[in-house]
Amino acid sequence: MSDDTRRPVREIRDVWITPDEAPDWMRRATDEGAQTMRRDEPQQRLVEQTGVRVRNDYVLDDEISEDERMIINMGPQHPSTHGVLRLQIELEGEIVRRVKPIIGYLHTGMEKTGETLTFMQGGTNVTRMDYLSPFFNELVFSLATETLLGVEIPPRAQAIRILMTELNRATSHLVSLATQGMDIGALSMMLYGFRERELILAFFEKTTGLRMNHNYIRPGGVAAELPDGWEDDIEEILEKIPVGLADYEDLLKANPIWEGRTRGVGVISPEECLAYGVTGPPLRATGVDLDLRKTQPYSGIDQYEFDVAVGSNGDVYDRYRVRVQEILQSLRIVREVAEKMPPGDYRTDDRKVTPPPRRRIDESMEALIHHFKLFTEGFKVPEGEVYAAVESPRGELGCYIVSDGSAKPYRIHIRAPSFANLQGLPIMMADSLIADSVATIASVDPVMGDVDR
Amino acid sequence: MADEKMNEGGVVEEAAGALERLLPEHPVLAGLFEQFTDVEWRRSSEQHTAVVPKDRLRDFSLAALQAGFEMLVDLTAVDYLRLRRVRFEVVVGLLSLQHNVRLRLRVPVPADDPNVPSLVPVYPAANFFERETFDMFGIVFGDHPDLTRILLPEDWVGHPLRKDFATGAVPVQFKSSPQVT
Repeated sequence: MSDDTRRPVREIRDVWITPDEAPDWMRRATDEGAQTMRRDEPQQRLVEQTGVRVRNDYVLDDEISEDERMIINMGPQHPSTHGVLRLQIELEGEIVRRVKPIIGYLHTGMEKTGETLTFMQGGTNVTRMDYLSPFFNELVFSLATETLLGVEIPPRAQAIRILMTELNRATSHLVSLATQGMDIGALSMMLYGFRERELILAFFEKTTGLRMNHNYIRPGGVAAELPDGWEDDIEEILEKIPVGLADYEDLLKANPIWEGRTRGVGVISPEECLAYGVTGPPLRATGVDLDLRKTQPYSGIDQYEFDVAVGSNGDVYDRYRVRVQEILQSLRIVREVAEKMPPGDYRTDDRKVTPPPRRRIDESMEALIHHFKLFTEGFKVPEGEVYAAVESPRGELGCYIVSDGSAKPYRIHIRAPSFANLQGLPIMMADSLIADSVATIASVDPVMGDVDR
Repeated sequence: MADEKMNEGGVVEEAAGALERLLPEHPVLAGLFEQFTDVEWRRSSEQHTAVVPKDRLRDFSLAALQAGFEMLVDLTAVDYLRLRRVRFEVVVGLLSLQHNVRLRLRVPVPADDPNVPSLVPVYPAANFFERETFDMFGIVFGDHPDLTRILLPEDWVGHPLRKDFATGAVPVQFKSSPQVT
């Protein structure tokens, strides 16, 4: 794609920043005559905002006449919004001028719930947030808790965590490719993507007992040892998924219809991504190689070899390419983890967080009491605050925990990547055709459970 | 138990205060440290934290942006009801890609004046996060372009993540449903 199809960097920070204060990469934006935009009187706004009722803020632009403008609501029950996302789209003919995502239809107050559950139980709560990549939620919650506790995780537990999360990244991207294919009209992609995903989900079920919401990665390690014969299952996965991926490549990669629907569509620039907090594949598709697995590695992922997939144009096609590459890189990590799987325990032997082994319970009263107390009262976590972050399939997934020294978190906050990535959606969709909006939404891959929590 | 802790100056506050005022080692942070003398620096679990007074937040974030913190990754709040003298604290997570360092800003916000300057002009990413914090805690971000409820229905009463918002006794509120008896 040539450069001239890219939109110029629009004014993204309406400030208070004078051009000579701004860093170089912002200067283009501020130089284009962006002036301070004082909105209406702050005092009056405060009265409105602190009141119980809030007004509908969607103010129409006066420059366009009523006849040329139409506002349509897409969702929350639209099949292409991947859940209950609602978009208020302002149209001028066939062209999308402004978009406002309206969210909250799936809000279930999980951060509030998290305050009433012990650290032991917390995994069951967070795993339900991003339901397409539950292992990442469990991992980030466990990492944050372990940082506060100061426990060491044995190498085998860390390797199992990496194995499961990277397989999870593959399943998540497979769903993304499948649904994106279906949205754009490549209906076979839907069947193919779910066919391959099923292989990995069967392995998850064998290991954790569940296909999703596993609560498998827990503070202190993982819940159980890998099942007997897991090497054969991994071998089968590593053999069959690349064959499936080759099918997708035949189907999509050089397909003129697919290229026409995705190239140059939903473009966002790296500057806009950074300004709006967009991370994950949408950011890497613009050419920024931010991957927390490389820059701030967790669970010993830095000892495995893999490449960060990056694009260059920041359009829907590049985001699709980044996801395909990431599946292959994840499988590469999985192969290396399976080969190098260290022996040892699958959870820490720190008895403060780990219950005694099953056989000890039969012979020791103290062990039974210990086991009972751990699962009823939970373990106490020292006072403090911590932010842990992992690279989920959607971007930076963070967990901020404040502990007051009790067995329950005083405050638990999840930094959801889908939530932040949605802020980039209006940028991607503005000034594009209404027909392209479906392709753009699918390429951001928002999971509403993650957005609304 | 809470009262005892309050006499000691608040439990979580105590934990953070036990750490000395640390001079940040990282050169980027050291630059900010010299520029802002009224900001308190702390470090816990190898994570850098700056306690910023709310009237200095706009200046500080602008300086942080210019020092290389390109990205605001997170913004939320904590309600320290009965644990601290200053009830709320807005917590901002900044990330610098070029220096690969994170910085956490903590902004104490008193309960009788829950107003904080908005970070949207400096970091547009703060938009949704500030709306969520307003929704959940009732903290008002002045000059925010569109400070409305984001996750809860617009006619919801109260701010659920406040510690004095009870769970379990709230009837489910559907807009057009008959009155729950």
